Amino acid sequence: MDWITEILNVTWNFIVLFLNENIPLVVGSVKAVIIAVAIMSVVPALVWLERRLMGRFQVRLGPNRVGPFGLGQPMADTVKLLFKESIIQSSADKFLFHLAPAVVVITAIAAFAVIPFGEPFEVFGQTIEMWGANVNSGILFVFAISGMGIYGMVLAGLSSNNKYSLMGGLRSSAQMISYELTLGLSALSIILLTGSLSLVDMVRAQETYPFILVQPLAFLLFFIAGIAETNRAPFDLPEAEQELVAGFHTEYTGMKFAMFFMGEYINMVTMSALVTLLFLGGWNAYGLPVWPIVSFAVKVFFLLCVFIWLRSTFPRIRYDRLMTFGWKILLPLCLLNLMVTSTVKVIWFP
Amino acid sequence: MELLIFYPLAGFCVVLALGVVLNNSPVGSAISLIGMMLGLAGIFVLQQAHFLAILQIIIYAGAIMVLFMFVIMLLNLKEGDDTGWIARERNLLLSVLTGLLAVGILYKISGILFTAEMDTPAILPDSFGTVATIGETLFTDFVLPFEVASILLLAAMVGAVVLAKTKLD
Repeated sequence: MDWITEILNVTWNFIVLFLNENIPLVVGSVKAVIIAVAIMSVVPALVWLERRLMGRFQVRLGPNRVGPFGLGQPMADTVKLLFKESIIQSSADKFLFHLAPAVVVITAIAAFAVIPFGEPFEVFGQTIEMWGANVNSGILFVFAISGMGIYGMVLAGLSSNNKYSLMGGLRSSAQMISYELTLGLSALSIILLTGSLSLVDMVRAQETYPFILVQPLAFLLFFIAGIAETNRAPFDLPEAEQELVAGFHTEYTGMKFAMFFMGEYINMVTMSALVTLLFLGGWNAYGLPVWPIVSFAVKVFFLLCVFIWLRSTFPRIRYDRLMTFGWKILLPLCLLNLMVTSTVKVIWFP
Repeated sequence: MELLIFYPLAGFCVVLALGVVLNNSPVGSAISLIGMMLGLAGIFVLQQAHFLAILQIIIYAGAIMVLFMFVIMLLNLKEGDDTGWIARERNLLLSVLTGLLAVGILYKISGILFTAEMDTPAILPDSFGTVATIGETLFTDFVLPFEVASILLLAAMVGAVVLAKTKLD
């Protein structure tokens, strides 16, 4: 039996040595797992919140049968979705059909990797940073990854071999391309103000006042474009139930269907976090005695409620109006805002 | 350690690049191209060019390929019939020109391979590959090519609008 203990000892020593030499790697991996799991567990809670709030907004009760306040409803829904039969029609492109929902979820989670939610703190002599990664062009990373998310919808539309799905895919790509412009250009005025592409630097630049006070127009434009980018009502054209029978995910069932919604809700959280970081001062509490992370979470929660509020208030806009709105109203306003911002910055704050 | 990441990435890129050429369905080709561009972005990150990597994803893998997919969806190309890569139409002039290009590139690469000092790693300044450095280079050393390229793009854009407009009327 001695040789077994010997082997175990050697392995144990090797593991300890490896961990000691690669502490940043270990900390990074743990953070990655925590962030990914946390962001996925937010989804059921968000679905519950949306259904309850929508119920209140529309003067009905919403889910209230499973558990107290219907809190068990998301659990019941998940179990139902997991046990549903996964139907793939015979004319679909199998590989792409499976790939599409995965692309949606993976890009949604990956975009959250660079979102910071608090100042770094020290534990056991290690500085733990409250972000997955501080990429020096963090905001561009988020835009790049959320741009890749379009392919999920496009591929779903293409591979389903269904007219309505194809229309949904077409619409989603056209809409995303149009509104990405507004999103990027309105963020550009914040980049001008901070002189950095890093999200952490942007929050630190807002220590005295949040940028919404000096850039209200950019905030409005960014938020509108954000709603369009996450395919939420009133810009949910790609999944218009009445015209497209749900659009790009018509042919999906069970968990694959649910994955599209997971992606949508995670994108919603990411977009709220971005708006918080860019315009509402991130984790800065402005004198209120709360932890930075609480301040951040409260702002994100408020924005999520606004998302839901907008969904239950506005009717879906017509497709041609969506395009006109994006290209003829939002884009010129963005350019104007950018021009004024850069002029003021060059003349008064060189 | 760096090679441990480089070789799988490079292999991934080569396989997908072959996939672009050899795939029978246009959608498959487009997806291989997207994958290859993502792999290239990974290699850029490995070379400390983070900004370039992100631009590669935003512009090529994001914007341009979405337009490709858009066109594929609009034309609704189907695989099958004789659009396979073996049956594709051959053009002698184009084949010769492509062959010449390949020979030229190989010649250049072999020149680099035989003269380069492989063992000495390049020493990079801290600011290498950041937005500030790239912006400064673009607007000082390369300002003329940069402006010419932007005028070219503008001309192409105006041309596209004019062409589309005459079709609409």
